[in-house]
Amino acid sequence: MRVPLEAYLILSAYLFALGVVGVATRRNALIIFMSIELMLNAVNLSFLAFARFLNSMDGQIFVFFVMVVAAAEVAVGLAIIITIYRNKETVDVAELNLLKW
Amino acid sequence: MLSSLWLIPVWPLLGFLWNGFFGRRIGKTAVGTIACGSVGLSLLASLGALGKLLARPAEARRVEQVLAPWIGAGNFQADWGLLLDPLSAVMILVVSGVGFLIHVYSIGYMREDPDYPRFFTYMNLFTFSMLMLVLANNYLLLYVFWEAVGLCSYLLIGFWFEKKSAADAGKKAFIVNRVGDFGFALGVMLLWTSLGTLRYDQVFAAAPAQLVAGGGVVTAITLLLFLGATGKSAQIPLYVWLPDAMEGPTPVSALIHAATMVTAGVYMVARSAPLFEMAPLSLSVVAWIGGLTAVFAATIALVQTDIKRIVAYSTISQLGYMFLGCGVGAYAAAIFHLMTHAFFKALLFLGSGSVIHGLSGEQDIRKMGGLRKHMPITAWTFLIAALANAGIFPLAGFWSKDEILYGAAAGGYGGVWALGAAGAFLTAFYMLRCYYLTFEGRSRVEPEAAHHLHESPPVMTVPLVILAVFAALVGFVGVPPEHGAYHRFVEPVFAGAKQVAGHAASVGEVPMAILSLAIALVGVWVATRFYVWRPETPDRVVGRYPGVYRTLLHKYYVDELYDALVVEPIRRGSLWLWRRFDEPVIDGSVNGIGALIRVGSLALRRVQTGYVMSYVLSFIVGVVAILGYFAFWR
Amino acid sequence: MELLIFAGLALVAGVSGLLVVVQRHAVYSALFLILTMGALAGIYILLDAHFVWVIQVIVYAGAIMVLFLFVIMLLDIRSEQAPWAAPDRGRILVAVLLSVVLLLELGIAVARRFVLAPAGGPAVARNFGTTQTVGRLLFTDFLFPFEITSIILLVAMIGAMVLAKKRLT
Repeated sequence: MRVPLEAYLILSAYLFALGVVGVATRRNALIIFMSIELMLNAVNLSFLAFARFLNSMDGQIFVFFVMVVAAAEVAVGLAIIITIYRNKETVDVAELNLLKW
Repeated sequence: MLSSLWLIPVWPLLGFLWNGFFGRRIGKTAVGTIACGSVGLSLLASLGALGKLLARPAEARRVEQVLAPWIGAGNFQADWGLLLDPLSAVMILVVSGVGFLIHVYSIGYMREDPDYPRFFTYMNLFTFSMLMLVLANNYLLLYVFWEAVGLCSYLLIGFWFEKKSAADAGKKAFIVNRVGDFGFALGVMLLWTSLGTLRYDQVFAAAPAQLVAGGGVVTAITLLLFLGATGKSAQIPLYVWLPDAMEGPTPVSALIHAATMVTAGVYMVARSAPLFEMAPLSLSVVAWIGGLTAVFAATIALVQTDIKRIVAYSTISQLGYMFLGCGVGAYAAAIFHLMTHAFFKALLFLGSGSVIHGLSGEQDIRKMGGLRKHMPITAWTFLIAALANAGIFPLAGFWSKDEILYGAAAGGYGGVWALGAAGAFLTAFYMLRCYYLTFEGRSRVEPEAAHHLHESPPVMTVPLVILAVFAALVGFVGVPPEHGAYHRFVEPVFAGAKQVAGHAASVGEVPMAILSLAIALVGVWVATRFYVWRPETPDRVVGRYPGVYRTLLHKYYVDELYDALVVEPIRRGSLWLWRRFDEPVIDGSVNGIGALIRVGSLALRRVQTGYVMSYVLSFIVGVVAILGYFAFWR
Repeated sequence: MELLIFAGLALVAGVSGLLVVVQRHAVYSALFLILTMGALAGIYILLDAHFVWVIQVIVYAGAIMVLFLFVIMLLDIRSEQAPWAAPDRGRILVAVLLSVVLLLELGIAVARRFVLAPAGGPAVARNFGTTQTVGRLLFTDFLFPFEITSIILLVAMIGAMVLAKKRLT
């Protein structure tokens, strides 16, 4: 038995929705960040599935670029979190309300 | 030279740019040298062009060059095009020649002024614009530089803008000219809608075929163009700005408000001669307005006491003669008078500038007198210019003015001729009055000014002498009248325009010349009697006709009339609009919108909770909504 | 057989993904995220993405997640209270509901649109997804974006150092 395209896409959609839940519900900046990584992985899965089923390498190249950007984003994002923690002694986003009216 | 006409106007443009950007750094000497040198180069280029033009046979003296396309929209086409023919050749020679002498003179006159570079920057810009105005080969380019010289005029009248009267005079000149220019613009538009082109050659070629001679369209076009000319050339009813323009530095008055810019209207009418010849009504309007202005301004000049204002009213009057000449079909004579007038009127202005300079700023002729002993060069050159202006044989003004009057008489315009003759008498009287009160008799100079009284430096007197030579002799290029070298050169330009060949009435040329000379001599005699032999006469005349005197002194109350009829209603109307419309409606709606947004923002700002999670949540709502749209409705 | 492998990997990825989101302590989240990524790497093999699954393991599961763990330990964060605790409950409910709607929408889109190929996909060339193929593409068709990524990484490197440094001198 082979795996249909829909199976990959459903799994991708499920992981993506999980990431959304994490971003929307959690208050720990690190976990929010990890949820974003989860969403990126879900998207990568879709790309690879489409690449395979369209018989085109473009999707895989795109995944490569997504990973590069993710790496850069993680480096900068974690640096920001460290700076925030150093200043406010917390990574709880509920306490970062400087932009309030 | 003829293959590169752009060499003529480009030098003042370069001078303008250089002095405009670096004038404050390079020092006064450099600024003056650049400004004069650039105009001098233009003069050389113009002379070269004239020489090449003269070398050609009479029918080939016409060079047209398109430098670059400018506007092309649909079937509308306007180019940066230059046209050199005898008419524009005369004009560029006057502009660059007189302009060069006035630039040199300004070096001395403006020496003490802290804004020296700015002055020469404007002057060069003006010279460039004026050269382009007369070299343009289409009405749109003419219009653009017509406005450009107006701008320079404004800038230079208001040169000493710290002085309120100068700033006001600049504004007045600009606004009054606006009225005329509006007419000019309408005329150009009408010209385009009816003929589909604005190039001179095409317009004049198409006009006889596409317009009815004497019809409404061509009459409307020419009258609108003439309205523009009355503004720029200070004719009734738009002459009021020119006397006030004397607030500017005297070289400006000489260059712009005597020799060149104010003659642009005459040039434009002469250039449009083929159109005007198709509209007899417009021609007689031009002639009558010119004649009336000539007399009207001359009567005002009789009693003025400010030396520059006398000369200014004289300018208006002489411009009236030029229009008179155009109106009776004597275009060549009008341009001839334009040329001679440029020399002697520039000289009059520069001479009065020299007097004002010597008297540390005094302009009232009642506080002058006897100056000939202290400044002989100025006095003699001023006398030559005054006599030339009065039309005394054999000075320049005699030949040109006589030719205009002869044109009027020969053309059968008896009424206009009478006006011109009356004006000639008045001109002779007020010019000599001005000379006598300034330079002869007993000194009425205030002691403080008398202390510093001196003849001007050579940089000012040398241009005066050169101009005096021209003012005396330039008339001979037009001798014998109607057949001189000048006429053989210029007349072909208008040859095609004339519809009626020959003269309507047969009057002898020599008797007419003697008559006009006699009229002028009577004017001289009366002035001499009034101010030299019987100095008490003027007061007695004033005592007998106080009403007339007061009317003339107040310039017929025209300024007051315009104030009451035009300025005040507009001011009241604007005040009403400001209080009743602008403040409640426009400001109200603008402020109302502001207030609305303020109130709305007070409510909306609560959205900015500062909680990242709420932002994320609203972001997700958006994503869900967009995705839903794509999933369900597409 | 393939379907079985996929089902197993998908189960691992799904469950550990869920655990990433609901863990109280960030360290556990990170560990489960590594597990998710590992399972996904296995699925990538099924999709013939040979080069990508390798870097998924090396870069993602290896480098990036190690960086996460470093930061978590560096910051010494106490475990927060249960995420579904009182003040946030309403918002969490809304968020979960929205996510379910999102999932449904994606599901509908999937069900409606894609009939690209029979299960298992079309036959592909033997070198599909190999390092050689990816490398050739990166240095030919995608050379410019590829060079740009080096700049992005350089900028990120400098930015991270500037941000994380205690005091700029």
